[in-house]
Amino acid sequence: MTDLHRKTLVELAAGLRARRFSSVELVRAYLERIEASQATLNAFISITGESALRDAQAADAALAAGAAGPLTGVPIAHKDLFCTQGVRTSCGSRMLDNFVSPYDATVVAKLKAAGAITLGKTNMDEFAMGSSNETSYYGPVRNPWNTGMVPGGSSGGSAAAVAARLAPVATATDTGGSIRQPAALCGVTGIKPTYGRVSRYGMVAFASSLDQGGVLATTAMDAALVLREMAGFDSNDSTSVDVPVPDYVAGLEQPLAGLKVGLLKEFFDKGLERRTEKCIREALRVYESLGAVLSEVSLPSLPLSVPVYYVVAPAECSSNLARFDGVRFGHRCANPRDLQDLYRRSRGEGFGAEVKRRIMTGTYVLSAGYFDAYYLKAQRVRQLINADFIRAFQSVDVLMGPTTPTPAFAIGAKTSDPVTMYLNDIYTIGANLAGLPAASIPCGFVEGLPVGLQIVGPHFSEARVLAVAHAFQRDTDWHSRVPRDYA
Amino acid sequence: MSAWETVIGLEIHAQLATRSKIFSGSATHYGAPPNTQANLVDLGYPGVLPVLNAQVVRMAVKFGLAVGARIATHSVFARKNYFYPDLPKGYQNSQYELPIVVEGALDIVLEDGSGKRIGVTRAHLEEDAGKSLHEGLPGLTGIDLNRAGTPLLEIVSEPHMRSAKEAVAYMKKVHTLVRYLEICDGNMQEGSFRCDANVSVRKVGAEKFGTRAEIKNLNSFRFVERAINYEVERQIDLMESGGKVAQETRLYDPDKGETRSMRSKEEANDYRYFPDPDLLPVELDQAFIEDVRKGLPELPDQKAARFASGYGLSAYDAGVLTASRELAAYYEDVVREVPREPKLAANWVMGELAAALNKENLDVSAGRLPAARLAGLVARISDQTISGKIAKEVFESMWSDGSTADEVIEAKGLRQITDTSAIDKVIDEVLAKNPGQLAEFRSGKDKLFGFFVGQVMKATGGKANPAQLNDSLRKKLNG
Repeated sequence: MTDLHRKTLVELAAGLRARRFSSVELVRAYLERIEASQATLNAFISITGESALRDAQAADAALAAGAAGPLTGVPIAHKDLFCTQGVRTSCGSRMLDNFVSPYDATVVAKLKAAGAITLGKTNMDEFAMGSSNETSYYGPVRNPWNTGMVPGGSSGGSAAAVAARLAPVATATDTGGSIRQPAALCGVTGIKPTYGRVSRYGMVAFASSLDQGGVLATTAMDAALVLREMAGFDSNDSTSVDVPVPDYVAGLEQPLAGLKVGLLKEFFDKGLERRTEKCIREALRVYESLGAVLSEVSLPSLPLSVPVYYVVAPAECSSNLARFDGVRFGHRCANPRDLQDLYRRSRGEGFGAEVKRRIMTGTYVLSAGYFDAYYLKAQRVRQLINADFIRAFQSVDVLMGPTTPTPAFAIGAKTSDPVTMYLNDIYTIGANLAGLPAASIPCGFVEGLPVGLQIVGPHFSEARVLAVAHAFQRDTDWHSRVPRDYA
Repeated sequence: MSAWETVIGLEIHAQLATRSKIFSGSATHYGAPPNTQANLVDLGYPGVLPVLNAQVVRMAVKFGLAVGARIATHSVFARKNYFYPDLPKGYQNSQYELPIVVEGALDIVLEDGSGKRIGVTRAHLEEDAGKSLHEGLPGLTGIDLNRAGTPLLEIVSEPHMRSAKEAVAYMKKVHTLVRYLEICDGNMQEGSFRCDANVSVRKVGAEKFGTRAEIKNLNSFRFVERAINYEVERQIDLMESGGKVAQETRLYDPDKGETRSMRSKEEANDYRYFPDPDLLPVELDQAFIEDVRKGLPELPDQKAARFASGYGLSAYDAGVLTASRELAAYYEDVVREVPREPKLAANWVMGELAAALNKENLDVSAGRLPAARLAGLVARISDQTISGKIAKEVFESMWSDGSTADEVIEAKGLRQITDTSAIDKVIDEVLAKNPGQLAEFRSGKDKLFGFFVGQVMKATGGKANPAQLNDSLRKKLNG
């Protein structure tokens, strides 16, 4: 039974249903792997072993009674910004180190209802601000492929956990690439759905107009199964969209013949590392062999996406994080002298450097006299980027390109220069600004580090994006490679 | 004539009478124990999101249509960012650049009967903040978030008012209107209806407005009038002694009857407004707007016009009687019983009834004196069973013991004497008893006519029909 972790989620769900193993055995196996990995990878902030085993017993009873849901007994990990009732929800921040959520996020509640069992909460960049998981109050997460390297961020804990098979799947969120970039750097499959596809209720906000919950898994099929259970309209989220959720699993087996793939010219630029590009080009040849028709597509406004993002996201974050004031929940400084002191020290002590940098940037761009020059202009450029994408999708079915310019970089390599760090999201931010579904799938290695291929589709084309990813995974085995120490 | 002209604009905050809050399902009852009407959304917990209450949109549209404004088919909630303990999210959701109601107007009637049109610049939706509590918490501040997220309609006027009286008339008009529309209970003690007054003065004839001061949170008509009058005087004194008015926010202290500085323009927050990404723009279609229009009640102005023309009332009286839907309904209930006496009915409703209600601090809707009862009294005046003067006595009995007019008249024998021969008989007796006065009258002292009327009334216990008495007396004195 020691190879349970080598199975996909779909296989695990089938095995549970066939009673080939129990949920308790499965959960115990993963909990052991998590415990064993913590000192090295630090992928988890909280491990909910007791409740997981209790839930597993209940799941086994349900399975025995034949009353199982689609995910009954299957373990899952949640990024630590999804609120989980009765469990600390820290957002990787000292600010919320003491915060035990009184409610479940909609995503968490839906996955619970489908039968999934929570193993714990994964590490992340503080308030999802970062691309390396180095801004976490709980320390950096290490890349399972090379522990000197970052796993990417902000969903670094979720990506590392799936890569090291500490959980078959994990929830994650993506504001500027926080699902796809760590998926690429850790060699796993990640999908960020269309903005509005998955409820944001209970997902602690970073930048409300960009945040979107999604999945990290080892295969597109597993991602499809979990996304099917997560997605859908939520009356508690005004920005969630009331569009029926197709059965992503049933829609996976689409033939690729004639699929029109646009290669994003702007992504194959001089910033793209040569060997990474080689992996991407080889992956594209696989698609050609499957019948896809490749053409180059240009999105002239796309190079502006990083500056636009670093105006819009900090602006929203500066306001979203105002509620952390030491008054009702979260960190409160000791012995405040007066109200100003309470605010200054609670926030000063509770937030880390990157979060403060973004709050200050956001406060600045929204200030009287600067609002038009920064925030309004950024919103206008955002419209142009959106229009570029819509125009591109008139001639192609999906867009492809690299997820990141390079494979994983060394821990500490970019922490001194925030702008270099920000440029790591250069290929992923566009899909957030336009609200498009986008996936990253493993497509090769450079010096033992994974490379990710990014697939972007039109709004609400998750089924197509997942099917395109799935077709690649039927023909290749990059996604089933496991880091040596976690095989 | 003063050399200074006052310029006033009002920002009225009307709490919308919804059952739940603007962005959450919490109840909005007044006076509940602290923090018992605040859920996770109201508390601004991590991860929670606002969902707009559809009722508040309908209410705002109602108001907009009632003031003849343009209803924006696209309006946007912005975040007004500032830190305060009673503001859980660190920002207030408020419509800023794109409000739901734009450019309306209201006509006010002043006591002298003159009218004036006051422009309504805009009305926008926003959420209220919570309350900080200090009482019984020495050295501490308590926070009650029951009020946080209560829906408000902020109604912003043009600076069209030129006196405190005009400002009060406008505020009363808005107060009447929101209660007609049933979008606000208008309760000023509970803060459901309050205003900020922007006040400035300028030399008569000057084109530019003077620097204004904003007086915050006035929650009674009397305070509005007093605060504005105080502020106008303060500003004029300041200017006349060579000083300058500072742009600032001021507070009115009702105990001292003065305004005092709260914060200057320099201390004002930079609110960093931007569209709230958690809320979609409010998109309305014409069909919705028309649907709301169809549901509008008869508005105060329409009702007043109908009262004036239909019942022959003055514009001012019609305005008074239509000041509340309940009062207007009461009046119409009275008139329905005595259709030939609309003016008399109006006088009684606005006179004795209003005074009695006022004395006991009651509202007409309290049902203290049912309309049919008052109509019964008006009917007895109308058919000359009693005189107007006797009627006041009857009214008092009706008010104190709840009896009908007829019961009082019978019990007290107040029926008016309309039998001419009976009146003539009393006149003869009075004349016989007062030969001296009679002689004086006949020698030209006309004023004594009143003396004889008084004597006859005294002898009849006030029951002689006044017109008949006058008639007969004149004939006898001259005969």
